[in-house]
Amino acid sequence: MGASPSISIAIVGSGGAGALTTGNSLLEAASAAGWHGLFTRTLGPQIRGGEAAGLLRLAVHPVDCLPGQFDLIIGIDWLNAHRFGDEIKAGPQTLVISDPRGGEPPPMVTRSGARVVEIPMKEMAKSITDGRPNMIALGIASRLLGFSIEQVFAPIAKRLADKGPEAIEASRDGIRAGFDAAAGIDFDAQLAAPNPSDTRRWLLSGNEATALGAIRGGVRFAAAYPITPATEILEWLAPSLAKIGGVLLQAEDELAAINMIIGSSYGGTPALTATSGPGLSLMIEALGLATAAEIPVVVVDVMRGGPSTGIPTKSEQTDLSIAIYGLHGDAPHLVLAPQSVGDCLFTTQWATYLAETLQAPAIVLSDQFMGQSRAAIERPADVAFIGARTVATNISGTYKRYALASNGVSPMAIPGTLGGQYTADGLTHSETGTPTSGATDHLAQLDKRRDKLDHFNFGDHWASVEGTGDLALITWGSLTGAAREAAGRAATDGLDIRVIAPRLLAPVQPERLASALEGVKRILVVEQTHGGQFHRFLRAHYDLPAPVRVFNRPGPLPITAGEIHRAITDWR
Amino acid sequence: MSSVSTRLAHKPADYKSDLKPIWCPGCGDYHVLMSFTRAFAQLGLAPEKIAVISGIGCSSRIPAYTNCYGFHGVHGRSLALAAGLKVTRPDLTVVVASGDGDGYSIGGNHFLHACRRNIDMTYVVMDNRIYGMTKGQPSPTTEPEFDTALTPGGSGVAPFHPLVVALASGANFIARCFSGEPNETADVLAAAITHPGFSFVEILSPCVTFRPDQKEWKELVRPAPVVATNDQGKAARRLMTDDGFNLGVLYRGDRVPFQPAVGASDTDLSVLEKDFEL
Repeated sequence: MGASPSISIAIVGSGGAGALTTGNSLLEAASAAGWHGLFTRTLGPQIRGGEAAGLLRLAVHPVDCLPGQFDLIIGIDWLNAHRFGDEIKAGPQTLVISDPRGGEPPPMVTRSGARVVEIPMKEMAKSITDGRPNMIALGIASRLLGFSIEQVFAPIAKRLADKGPEAIEASRDGIRAGFDAAAGIDFDAQLAAPNPSDTRRWLLSGNEATALGAIRGGVRFAAAYPITPATEILEWLAPSLAKIGGVLLQAEDELAAINMIIGSSYGGTPALTATSGPGLSLMIEALGLATAAEIPVVVVDVMRGGPSTGIPTKSEQTDLSIAIYGLHGDAPHLVLAPQSVGDCLFTTQWATYLAETLQAPAIVLSDQFMGQSRAAIERPADVAFIGARTVATNISGTYKRYALASNGVSPMAIPGTLGGQYTADGLTHSETGTPTSGATDHLAQLDKRRDKLDHFNFGDHWASVEGTGDLALITWGSLTGAAREAAGRAATDGLDIRVIAPRLLAPVQPERLASALEGVKRILVVEQTHGGQFHRFLRAHYDLPAPVRVFNRPGPLPITAGEIHRAITDWR
Repeated sequence: MSSVSTRLAHKPADYKSDLKPIWCPGCGDYHVLMSFTRAFAQLGLAPEKIAVISGIGCSSRIPAYTNCYGFHGVHGRSLALAAGLKVTRPDLTVVVASGDGDGYSIGGNHFLHACRRNIDMTYVVMDNRIYGMTKGQPSPTTEPEFDTALTPGGSGVAPFHPLVVALASGANFIARCFSGEPNETADVLAAAITHPGFSFVEILSPCVTFRPDQKEWKELVRPAPVVATNDQGKAARRLMTDDGFNLGVLYRGDRVPFQPAVGASDTDLSVLEKDFEL
């Protein structure tokens, strides 16, 4: 078998067994050697003792989605592995490494026809002082994938730098033992050589990329209330903001978090909070305040399964409706969605820039899948989207905070500015900010807030459009990667597919979508919801000039390129 | 204090906006507004360096009646909004205005955490023991037997003791005032603003429309027969046994205010990108 452009590995173990460390180390070793990769963990909400698996895909080209089937599965133990039955698919080509003392392999393995090779990882670890079975697994994987011991040991040594030389030695011994034990095992799937690249790879999660994007866009204040799967954004921002003169404040709840960022932004400091569905629900009222009072803020919603507490550790795209329609009153605001780990950086930076420029709140809809996946990517380019708010200076005469400017954006006085004193208000107000219930002011200010968004030229970043085929896949968010991969497979079948994924969900861009859809004969809408929220949204705001089918299903399992490809081929 | 910048010859009128307040004739809040402007003038603060933050309710109308920067936000969240403002703009004087419904009911959780956080700001709650703007429902400080349309025959629920809660939660300055004594109230507000950390000032401010009985308050209030203590135990006993009409500064703590370092914003982000480089 020849070299393959991508290879997928699953490391399975009960929570605390270290499966995730093994997977992360493989990703780091592969990235350092020049490959791209995506690593995602799958686990329940427990801290220790539940199920955990690290799912890794290494590739020559950037990868944004998981495979349908794994090439290599290493079961450090199988204690809770049955819970992954739907998620970790094996096939006859799959090689499974199993510890005979690690419990029975689950049906996903035994029924797949996969080749199973037994290696007693636990016992081997016991013969090493402080040895751990996950290091044995790392050694096995490194040999099978063609890495040297030193390549996979380097990231471990870095990780254990503060644990002392004994721990580091124990790990090296474990890796070597695993490496030796894997000698002679046939494993055909081998990665093609990486493409030479001048730029140094970055290794980061979507949540980290989101946080850095916000800072690049100008955010210098964050308010934080922890919630899965968004917490990493806040935990990365806490020390990072402090390093550059910013500040993070822990809030008592999400109601406080959103109001804190409104306070910060009112005072002139661009601000962000990050949450998930339950938190966004609590923030909605104050997002209306930010809309009415024209205070720029950025709220990142890393979506998880819903409704209610739902599935905190799994991805869905089911917060679309609340993000677009949740605010009471007529409340135009920005809603954006990144499309990959790397795009989390760009889109959040752009969202910050847009919020600041348009003096409006922006909701960024990320999701658990890309938020908590780590990817090896090229360093994202520096872009010029740095928030530059129109502020009022040298004020003389009566200051009108909400003056009816032609583009809808009126200069904002920052507290401390002499002569600019005004009261920001959620009440309907006049141009000066004075509360009123008059029809003329109400209409004028509604127009102002709508027009500033509608008349803004968002440019080509509003969506990614790839391909020219007459079958268009319309999707969004982290499904974009799987849709592109499905389109790629269809291309090998001789079918040309167009993939359209809006990055800007609100305000809607009917003319731009119309031009992106020119000449299509069929439209397949792809989304990870149960109720078809994205399809309904498209129907409400856009002209879809061809027969439409919808491929949607809820979480918790990620939608794969294979499923989308099937939806394409099923439509004849 | 760093947050107080001085300028010569400020008069209370310099802090009043041109808007005519919309409150019922005889409302205690008129006097509270007067006390605000007197306190600001007394301290010689520049109006543009003051931010008055509020939520929703009769008392929360106050920011627009001042000539300071103001924020009339959503119901119950003024303390959180003010916290975000003050930590990023420690140069401003931040005064938060609230009422017993806004501050103690819907905003109750933020009250606890604002006391605990001890950011240098002043929290003024105009307590009239009623929801006035929605026409007379019981608030957390309403007497259990007080009859309302929503709670016929009374709520039957014991009132909340805000000063005790403030002390237990870590407020650094606790005082009670009566709106009918605007000069004394102004003095206390000036002291509260000047005191480092989170200062809590409850102002008994009668609602003549829904609580005409509160006209009697002027007969009931009296200067507290004690001087302010910095001893939490002593203050706790004093506040727990208090009948709610002792006026003055009741507790002055010496906790260090919470203020994270904020610097000139650094635009060189390479220090952060190192996290991700292989």
